[in-house]
Amino acid sequence: MKRSLQGWILVAALIAVALLLPAVLPPFRLNLLGRFLSLGIAALGVDLIWGYTGMLSLGQGIFFALGGYAVGMYLQLNSLTPGQLPEFFSLYGVKALPAFWQPFTSPLFTLLAIWVIPAVIAGLLGYLVFRNRIKGVYFSILTQAALLVFFNFFNGQQKLINGTNGLKTDTAQLFGMMVGHPDMQRALYWVTLVLVLLAWLLCRQLTRGRFGDALIAIRDDEPRLRFTGYNPTAYKTLVFAIAGGLAGISGALYTVQSGIVSPQYMGVAFSIEMVIWVAVGGRGTLIGAVLGAVLINYAKSLISEQLPETWLFIQGGLFLLVVTALPDGLVGWWRLGGVNHLLAMVGRAPRLATYPDLELDPDRLQESQALSTQASEARPQPGDTP
Amino acid sequence: MSTTSLTQVGAAQAPAPLLELKGVSVNFDGFWALNDLNLCLAPGELRAVIGPNGAGKTTFLDVITGKVRPTRGEVLFKGRSLIGQSEHRIARRGIGRKFQTPRVYQNLTPRRNLEVAVTRNHSPLDLLFGRLSSGLRDRVQHLLAVVGLENQANQLAGGLSHGQKQWLEIAMLVAQDPQLLLVDEPVAGLTDEETERTSDLLRQLAGDHTVLVIEHDMEFIRDLQAPVTVLHEGHVLCEGTMDQVQSDPRVIEVYLGHDHEESAQADGNGKEVI
Repeated sequence: MKRSLQGWILVAALIAVALLLPAVLPPFRLNLLGRFLSLGIAALGVDLIWGYTGMLSLGQGIFFALGGYAVGMYLQLNSLTPGQLPEFFSLYGVKALPAFWQPFTSPLFTLLAIWVIPAVIAGLLGYLVFRNRIKGVYFSILTQAALLVFFNFFNGQQKLINGTNGLKTDTAQLFGMMVGHPDMQRALYWVTLVLVLLAWLLCRQLTRGRFGDALIAIRDDEPRLRFTGYNPTAYKTLVFAIAGGLAGISGALYTVQSGIVSPQYMGVAFSIEMVIWVAVGGRGTLIGAVLGAVLINYAKSLISEQLPETWLFIQGGLFLLVVTALPDGLVGWWRLGGVNHLLAMVGRAPRLATYPDLELDPDRLQESQALSTQASEARPQPGDTP
Repeated sequence: MSTTSLTQVGAAQAPAPLLELKGVSVNFDGFWALNDLNLCLAPGELRAVIGPNGAGKTTFLDVITGKVRPTRGEVLFKGRSLIGQSEHRIARRGIGRKFQTPRVYQNLTPRRNLEVAVTRNHSPLDLLFGRLSSGLRDRVQHLLAVVGLENQANQLAGGLSHGQKQWLEIAMLVAQDPQLLLVDEPVAGLTDEETERTSDLLRQLAGDHTVLVIEHDMEFIRDLQAPVTVLHEGHVLCEGTMDQVQSDPRVIEVYLGHDHEESAQADGNGKEVI
């Protein structure tokens, strides 16, 4: 009870901050915040599959970029007068719009494509992998290999999707306004905020009930669950597809706020960074995934402005810090009584219940166990770190 | 096809076996873990299986539960073959398994461990949108009381003691309510009192369920008062009551070579080891 109240206070405080910031931040900073919040949606997906289900995917960039390309193609087409082709096609001598571009003239199709296409591709890929019981390190390597395949394909297809140059969106038109216009960006910030909240609620709903228990059971002991009559393949496929869909939405929002989608979104480093956000924020905590994505990226942009060369070292150091000192991430540390640890350092340690006390009073027992429960909750399995 | 199976069922005077292994052999890269194993379990029977290390006891369970596909032979459960079925389908047909080392979901509470096990419909959608029926919730509460984990019901299972984990896993097996329970070393690492309670529990379960127990603790097996099957080098060495088996020279040979008396004396803690 107490803990869930604490969680809600934290969430309410974060929402309040997010509501206030547009009044305070200059447009440039607000735009950055919107972008990083949208990355939080992809991070929620990573937390779902890694933090809860124990599958470390290094290929979420595939689904992120697919969402981005869906919205990018729509915006390219939406800004044209009838009969025109997107500008880059003329560079490569393409005279007619490729067939797969056609559906993206429809806004409704695009809104669906943003999350359905990545979810379906993730589901298919996942099904093939999980059905063959590929897991652990092999799963991670496979997702990274898939990422490289997609990267190379998109990078090389000038005639289809402008190859390595990507699709620009900031000068495109949306609702009669330029996408890069500050008013539009402000509106996109609000859209992002609402979607982050919805994505968080969805993930929360998925993880708190019996379905979430099954995911944790898969992480803890998948064969055991099989012998109980569950088919883990169905669960893993479903949850991987959901994470893919979330990554797609994230990529679409990120694209419209950063002004371009390019194969760089399928870079190896970027997908690994997603994992780092979740690790730093606290895996298996959901809110930690969003916090990690926003904080790390904000720190990255602030530090890179001042000391451009140092960021990679700081990021590496941060990851080492989390792995060695904060295995449960920032949120995990907070739930473990991080505040109490700080208080203890200045001589105000909380009192612990003693044994005779515990034996006599079951309520006290539960109370004191709440602490140890929190200590081990969402603790990563030794086996699932790469 | 259908007529022959019908006549078989009709002709059977004695109760048809619940589980039947016919000439099962398993080859791991040239090593025969099971070698022409034949075994029959009647419905409601309680059976103990013993055998020295490497006798194939765990492989035998792996074959029944679908983890290992036998190289040769046939496994029938309620007259239908289990060969080639995946683990979860075999489990759904009514075979539950407890593992050698206690395997509980460490990051779930005992209550949630039991809820996972007690669930009857295992589809993701049902877990997302369906609720656990009140009857099953009561069953979970009842089982928590049976294994004495009511006070720890909402604490993570990873923090339980070894004995508590063993009991939790047995409770999970019971929650699953399979017709056939395969129990691998249920009393390893338990105190004498816990061992006694476990054998009481297993004897209670037999009758409604069919129970097959693999164990090294001979006192426990004697306590079970169940027929014993001795496995050796992947096949059945002999079957009979505990006393018959224990006095069988082949069994003594297999277990101890020629140093029977010496080892019996060396075993100082009062527990009997063949």
